[in-house]
Amino acid sequence: MMNFAYARASDVNDAVRQLAADPAAKFIAGGTNLIDLMKYDVERPSRLIDITRLPLKFIEETADGGVRIGALMPNTDIAYHPLIEQRYPLLSSAIMAGASQQLRNMASAGGNLLQRTRCFYFYDTATPCNKREPGTGCSAMQGINRINAILGTSEHCIATHPSDMCVALAALEAKVQVAGPGGERTIAFADFHRLPGDTPHVDNTLQAGELIVAIELPARGFAANYSYLKIRDRLSYAFALVSVAAALELDGETIKEARVALGGVAHKPWRVAGAEAALRGQKGGQAAFAQAADLLVRDAKGFGHNDFKIDLARRAIVRTLTQAANGTPQVQSSKKIR
Amino acid sequence: MTAKPSTTGSERETKTAPAETMITLTINGQKRTLAVAPWTTLLDALRERLELTGTKKGCDHGQCGACTVLLDGRRVVSCLTLAVMKDGSSVTTIEGLASNGTLHPLQQAFIDHDAFQCGYCTPGQICSAAGLISEGKATTADEIRELMSGNICRCGAYPNIVAAIQQAMGGRP
Repeated sequence: MMNFAYARASDVNDAVRQLAADPAAKFIAGGTNLIDLMKYDVERPSRLIDITRLPLKFIEETADGGVRIGALMPNTDIAYHPLIEQRYPLLSSAIMAGASQQLRNMASAGGNLLQRTRCFYFYDTATPCNKREPGTGCSAMQGINRINAILGTSEHCIATHPSDMCVALAALEAKVQVAGPGGERTIAFADFHRLPGDTPHVDNTLQAGELIVAIELPARGFAANYSYLKIRDRLSYAFALVSVAAALELDGETIKEARVALGGVAHKPWRVAGAEAALRGQKGGQAAFAQAADLLVRDAKGFGHNDFKIDLARRAIVRTLTQAANGTPQVQSSKKIR
Repeated sequence: MTAKPSTTGSERETKTAPAETMITLTINGQKRTLAVAPWTTLLDALRERLELTGTKKGCDHGQCGACTVLLDGRRVVSCLTLAVMKDGSSVTTIEGLASNGTLHPLQQAFIDHDAFQCGYCTPGQICSAAGLISEGKATTADEIRELMSGNICRCGAYPNIVAAIQQAMGGRP
């Protein structure tokens, strides 16, 4: 790890001011991703600004029937919170599918959104990587790309976003509240992460000096019909090859509202408006779900080792929608996929 | 606060004049005050500064769980924890589990069930299991396995580890 300076932020404004004053600095909360990347010399901040003493550890109901999660709320505490377990079980399930309990105890809500990719080449400083060092090239494109993206890729980057929690947040249409030098603003979840395009070193749409303060969930929680299915190389404590968050609102057997988000396949949680629209008004069932799956992966492109993800995603989507429609969500502690 | 380090690599890599900060941790019930650099992990502080070498360094990247300790009662990996950020916290390590010469029920259960071979992952397994029990979320063997998945055992003692945890939870002897 490189030498760095350390400072504590006394309040949100102080945190923002300190980061604005030193663009090479970084905020630190749980540290589970940042410290790891610093040990690999991938991240080399001049200074860490410790935000863990800010009053951002809360879960509260909002006036419009939703729930607001403070940015410093540990992942475990979100997953086990009665409001989340009862009203947003999709979010609890996705959180419990990720990392290990030790890491979930440490990792903050805001930090979960800001995880960097787990692309092997991003971590390996001996190889070119446009995300780590812009302009050096993408080693994954022609390399071992089994874990890499199949959707939304560019000629410069085929990295994926590694979060499980974010896949659920995308399906739930959460909003991200941030504070910055220009005041506070709210970012729709779909606009928070971005595709790599020509600037794969930029993961999200946060502006310089901005701090995530909270995540807001709208009232609609899809608690009756949801499922989070994660497919990975081992049964626990591994990143997704493909994951699916499905949430349905049913009127009898008819689908009134549908949300499907994919993880492990793109630079951001992947949703396709047309696929969700195609489900609305339908009765559900294999054919309707297969049609939605085709629409979700329609533009998918493999890079060799990860070609299998296209079919895997299609099948996982059908299975997850079936679980959601049947009211039998995937249980994260039982490894049987029904 | 401290002087801003140069952002050029060569200067920063010389590790000159580390800005140390005094912190106080309650470790296994005992208050300990020490000066740490910003980059000193809790794991290194325990092992190298406080001579509590029961906590093991395995991967040093949060992947193996060997360095698991209880921080303010919750299990965390100490290798990805900066000591300076935890000023004022209490830490329980494997050295702090036994009381008055009597092994902690988990320690006894690991012996009873032969839940280790080389023993290197064992302090982390036991601290993690202590965290698991106080969380109170696991009842079945499946749930124990899932919530212990952050602790890797290269010797493959998993079946006996699960049995030991079940014993300590007051289930099957």
